[in-house]
Amino acid sequence: MGRIAVKVDDLTVAYNYKPVIWDIDLQIPEGVLMAVVGPNGAGKSTLIKAILGILKPIAGSVTIFGKPYKSQRKHVAYVPQKGSVDWDFPTTAFDVVLMGTYGDLGWIKRPGLKEKKRALEALEKVGMLSFKDRQISQLSGGQQQRVFLARALVQNASIYFMDEPFQGVDATTEVTIINILKELRKAGKTVIVVHHDLQTVPEYFDWVTFLNVKKIATGPVKDIFNDDNLTKTYGINYKVSVQK
Amino acid sequence: MGIIEYIELVFSDYTLRTITLGTAVLGAVTGMLGSFAVLRKQSLLGDAISHAALPGIALAFLFTGAKDSNVLLIGALISGLIGAFWIRGITTKTHLKADTALGLILSLFFGFGILLLTFIQKRPDANQAGLDKYLFGQAATLVESDVWLMAFVAGLCVLVLLFFWKEFKILLFDKDYAQTLGFNTKFIDALITSFIVLAIVLGLQTVGVILMSAMLLAPAAAARQWTNSLGVMVFLAAVFGASAGVFGTAISATQNNLSTGPVIVLVASVFVLFSFVFSPSRGLLFKRIRLIRNRNDLELQKTLTFMYHIVQDHEDISHPHAIKILNNFRGYSRKGLKKLIDKNYVKVEGEMWSLTEEGFLRASNLYNQNEKDD
Repeated sequence: MGRIAVKVDDLTVAYNYKPVIWDIDLQIPEGVLMAVVGPNGAGKSTLIKAILGILKPIAGSVTIFGKPYKSQRKHVAYVPQKGSVDWDFPTTAFDVVLMGTYGDLGWIKRPGLKEKKRALEALEKVGMLSFKDRQISQLSGGQQQRVFLARALVQNASIYFMDEPFQGVDATTEVTIINILKELRKAGKTVIVVHHDLQTVPEYFDWVTFLNVKKIATGPVKDIFNDDNLTKTYGINYKVSVQK
Repeated sequence: MGIIEYIELVFSDYTLRTITLGTAVLGAVTGMLGSFAVLRKQSLLGDAISHAALPGIALAFLFTGAKDSNVLLIGALISGLIGAFWIRGITTKTHLKADTALGLILSLFFGFGILLLTFIQKRPDANQAGLDKYLFGQAATLVESDVWLMAFVAGLCVLVLLFFWKEFKILLFDKDYAQTLGFNTKFIDALITSFIVLAIVLGLQTVGVILMSAMLLAPAAAARQWTNSLGVMVFLAAVFGASAGVFGTAISATQNNLSTGPVIVLVASVFVLFSFVFSPSRGLLFKRIRLIRNRNDLELQKTLTFMYHIVQDHEDISHPHAIKILNNFRGYSRKGLKKLIDKNYVKVEGEMWSLTEEGFLRASNLYNQNEKDD
């Protein structure tokens, strides 16, 4: 096993005294394609947001490649939940993808030719080049998701956090996205995905974390994706016929 | 008074020129900044801030005894800022929703402001008269230095927008993402809010506490209807705001000195109404027209598909059939049939119809496409 890409220690987040995630320890090795699974309200999105510093934890620390997250932002890209933004915002698909270059640019500097080229390449990669000038509200849910993915790809990061990229997308988009994720893994990137469809976990991912406020288990899919862990996580007697 | 005469008057009459320039600049600034408020779904923030500015005006007067508008505006600015950042504090630190926080701050500050105003009015001080102009605004009291101040703020606002354009845009669209890219979203947020407060405070003298939020919202809401680009929207909102100022002043000056503030707000509202109805892409009128046209097209396609279905069973596609059969089909009308004839898809002889070669081809395309969609 290679380096540890993301290391989480004792991470605890609470809204109103009620813990949403509790004392999470997690080590994500570099180069895995990892699913984070758990029931609604298990704190999956919260975990990602806390790692990325969007939510302030009440305890715990996060390191990326052994250094504090704040100094490592350029290595990390984020795909938020599609529903977290207003898609009626007056802007185009191309413009949204271009936002992925803002981090490299820093304050005040505007995107130039180089950045625009990168954005176009990312749009092409997700099969959205012909929609580049489309107002974003006129895209389908799957297309919007692909635009979000392209925006993260532009960042050319080493670690990708994605919050339910498969939610409400059609089969075509799902295939496009999973192929890109597998490509990323092949290129040695680390991808962490909040995922809901348990059936596809063994097919899509090689690493999995079970979460329900506390961490239930984390490790290779082939070792730990079993009825025992599913039952512990979801609280009901879970039986999926997992093909191994 | 004719338009030409009026324009001549604007250039020759010092007071009218000052007021026209002042309301135009004010409209442009509030229009620009209003776009940001509208896109952040903080449309009522302006309302809360303008009401929150009132106690500041009263307190500034009480402490200094001066009626100099700049001193009072500084008071308004301070209390407006306190109100704005309290609203933010309430929404981030408690679980109250933004609308509740806005409502709370608005009524708390406004109530306090009215209380102070009545207290001031009861004092035996002749100097107090006229503070209530800040409630409804009085454009006629604008003097040249006010306009210079507005122009300065407008210039500053444009500079800041140009400088931080990219940062504003990403904050408006996706704040969490902006934060992961390393931007200090709190700073950008505070910058936008501060400018919104500044613009509102500048407008209090002209438009007044109560109507000020309309200056922020109306131009932006109208502008949104015409474009899908943030840059164009901000620009249009500025143009709409400035036009509302100019036309509003003109109407109020020529029509028996109607109160300027409300007229400006009404003109801006006319822009909104017009935009909501007549905008080509988002307007109600064209949406309606598109809907009817699509529905008619669909009816025609359905009729054509139905005909195709009948014709399919015959070797010769031009074999005539009775029009009567079509009556069994929902959505069929004589008018529709006429349209199909005009398009040369169908031929009619007497009470019999038949598909043309072209119609058959078109119908088979439609039919196969439908099959595929199922």
